[in-house]
Amino acid sequence: MATQILLKNIDVPGLAEIQVYRKLGGYTAVEKALKTLSPDEVTDEVKKSGLKGRGGAGFPTGMKWSFIDKQSQKAKYLVCNYDESEPGTFKDRHIGQLNPHQLIEGMILGSYALGANTAYIYIRGELFYVLRIIEKAIAEAYKNGFLGENILGSGYSLDLYCHPGAGAYICGEETALLESLEGKRGNPRIKPPFPAIVGLYGSPTVVNNVETIATLPWIVNNGGEAYSAIGIGNSKGTKLISACGHINKPGIYEIELGLPVEEFIYSDEYCGGIRNGNKLKAVVAGGSSVPILPANLILKTAAGEPRLMSYESLSEGGFQTGTMLGSGGFIVMDHTACIVKNLLTFARFYRHESCGQCSPCREGTSWMEKILMRIEGGQGTMKDIDLLVDIAKHVEGNTICPLGDAAAWPVASAIRHFREEFEEHVKLQKCPF
Amino acid sequence: MQEKNNIPEFNRETLDLVNQIIKRYPQGRQKSALLPVLHIAQSENSGWLSPEMMDYVATLLDILPIEVYEVASFYSMFNLKPVGNCVIEVCHTGPCWLNGAEKIIAHFETRLGIKPGETTADGKFTLKTVECLAACGNAPVIQVGTEYHENLTPEKADNLLEQWKRENKISHTNPYL
Ligand SMILES: Cc1cc2nc3c(=O)[nH]c(=O)nc-3n(C[C@H](O)[C@H](O)[C@H](O)COP(=O)(O)O)c2cc1C
Ligand code: SF4
Ligand code: FES
Repeated sequence: MATQILLKNIDVPGLAEIQVYRKLGGYTAVEKALKTLSPDEVTDEVKKSGLKGRGGAGFPTGMKWSFIDKQSQKAKYLVCNYDESEPGTFKDRHIGQLNPHQLIEGMILGSYALGANTAYIYIRGELFYVLRIIEKAIAEAYKNGFLGENILGSGYSLDLYCHPGAGAYICGEETALLESLEGKRGNPRIKPPFPAIVGLYGSPTVVNNVETIATLPWIVNNGGEAYSAIGIGNSKGTKLISACGHINKPGIYEIELGLPVEEFIYSDEYCGGIRNGNKLKAVVAGGSSVPILPANLILKTAAGEPRLMSYESLSEGGFQTGTMLGSGGFIVMDHTACIVKNLLTFARFYRHESCGQCSPCREGTSWMEKILMRIEGGQGTMKDIDLLVDIAKHVEGNTICPLGDAAAWPVASAIRHFREEFEEHVKLQKCPF
Repeated sequence: MQEKNNIPEFNRETLDLVNQIIKRYPQGRQKSALLPVLHIAQSENSGWLSPEMMDYVATLLDILPIEVYEVASFYSMFNLKPVGNCVIEVCHTGPCWLNGAEKIIAHFETRLGIKPGETTADGKFTLKTVECLAACGNAPVIQVGTEYHENLTPEKADNLLEQWKRENKISHTNPYL
């Protein structure tokens, strides 16, 4: 059994209540940190752990924290990114719903390390029922002296609040999230300056994913070195993978990074194989934004090595033959799935979610959706396929935020690996599925 | 909610909640409370944000009405037109589509006699398609108010519809309560 850091106690009844969480060792990391470690020592442990941000971009967490200007006279903020809106990703919902105190404990540790006295959890508005669970847990934490003034007599104070979004994927992008938290439209900011310098209300701010933050108590309790002993290469620790699509056991799994993809898909401990004994056709391994790979390339790299669930192995081969770990949203398709139709739903998603600030993204996402509708509807031409490739190329890298890339990659990769299927739609003048 | 000369007004309890939310943000940053307060306002206004309601929210937060309009129109959870008592939101993104979302949408269409974006003539139901609800492992998924209903089948959908009809379901309740 793989080490479990995030899901270890997830099935314990009443885990969302503070007594139960504490009985299982909860809040000992806060006691340890506030009584025996300086903020910089906490940051050092996180640096040593090799933990990378679990929101999708995989930026080293400790390094991100060290960009905060500690000398600044301004307030500092830690903001938890609980927007969880990348199609295929449904891991964070689980943490807040079943184990909110682990997230809260992580927020206290992160805020302490950064010198923040106010922190926010920005949670997508659709998850209001989870927000209510977290707010209840926050109230318990205040009552038990883990939040508020002078926590555990340490002199350190922290206020923690939840803030609901209202239906906008783009607010998962960290600067759009900060705009949204300020009560504005979720338009991403031009970077630099980065949030570590100019973030929430113009103050130094760190934005971290739910899973990243919920990992902190374990790191403080066990040490960064122990964390970095788990995993493979530069992919340290465990990762939540939310698996869905045509598998026997969709769900949320905590894996040690480095697990072979084949084992993840076929073993009964994880996805349990493809439904109805069907054939594996394709996988989108890290949320809708990452390149889709056909069965042969997700199981093995182009060089014939077994593909592993790690940052390095999944991206081996670049975009020609590889993909990315992304958010850990693992979407599996069997041979009955139409690649074009699936892509069309993604294209519609990105068109709907584009904030509209940059014309390549605004126009490009809308054109890509229209052309895909044409092809799927049987009115496409061979030229349309090349046109799609061309538009994707023009959107990629030409926008303020990465949503443009996120919209382009699925299109480019689907055509790269499944061009015949697009052509078949055109030849038959209908969807062959 | 009461209304004086068409100007909406929250009751004491709701105003207390609003003031408590405003205090979560630093002095002078009360605009930060806009999204939470709009959620509450929508629930108090039959599930949609009328211009009068948005103007009222502007006065509550001491900001310009235009600041409220431009935000309300950006976020897909805010309805700027009236909706039915019970808004059924069906996820239609990839993972839900792979697991039969289209069948579920078609089923609701037949049962209710409306298309996505429409409201039944009796004003009881609105059907909407929405993007990924972060529950793809239990696809297909629908949302009604703050409730999720997962692993949906046509049979389950029928049972829910019957229940909602029986209890005159209202989906726009105060999300904080
Ligand atoms: C369009 C877009 C959507 C994103 N959505 C999310 C999200 O829902 N949750 C998340 O944690 N990060 C999301 N990110 C990444 C954030 O910008 C940011 O990198 C992340 O929250 C940092 O946290 P981490 O370092 O702990 O991963 C998104 C990025 C983009 C460009
Ligand atoms: S890339 Fe798209 S979503 Fe990002 S800022 Fe530009 S228009 Fe907005
Ligand atoms: S695609 Fe429907 S919940 Fe994710």
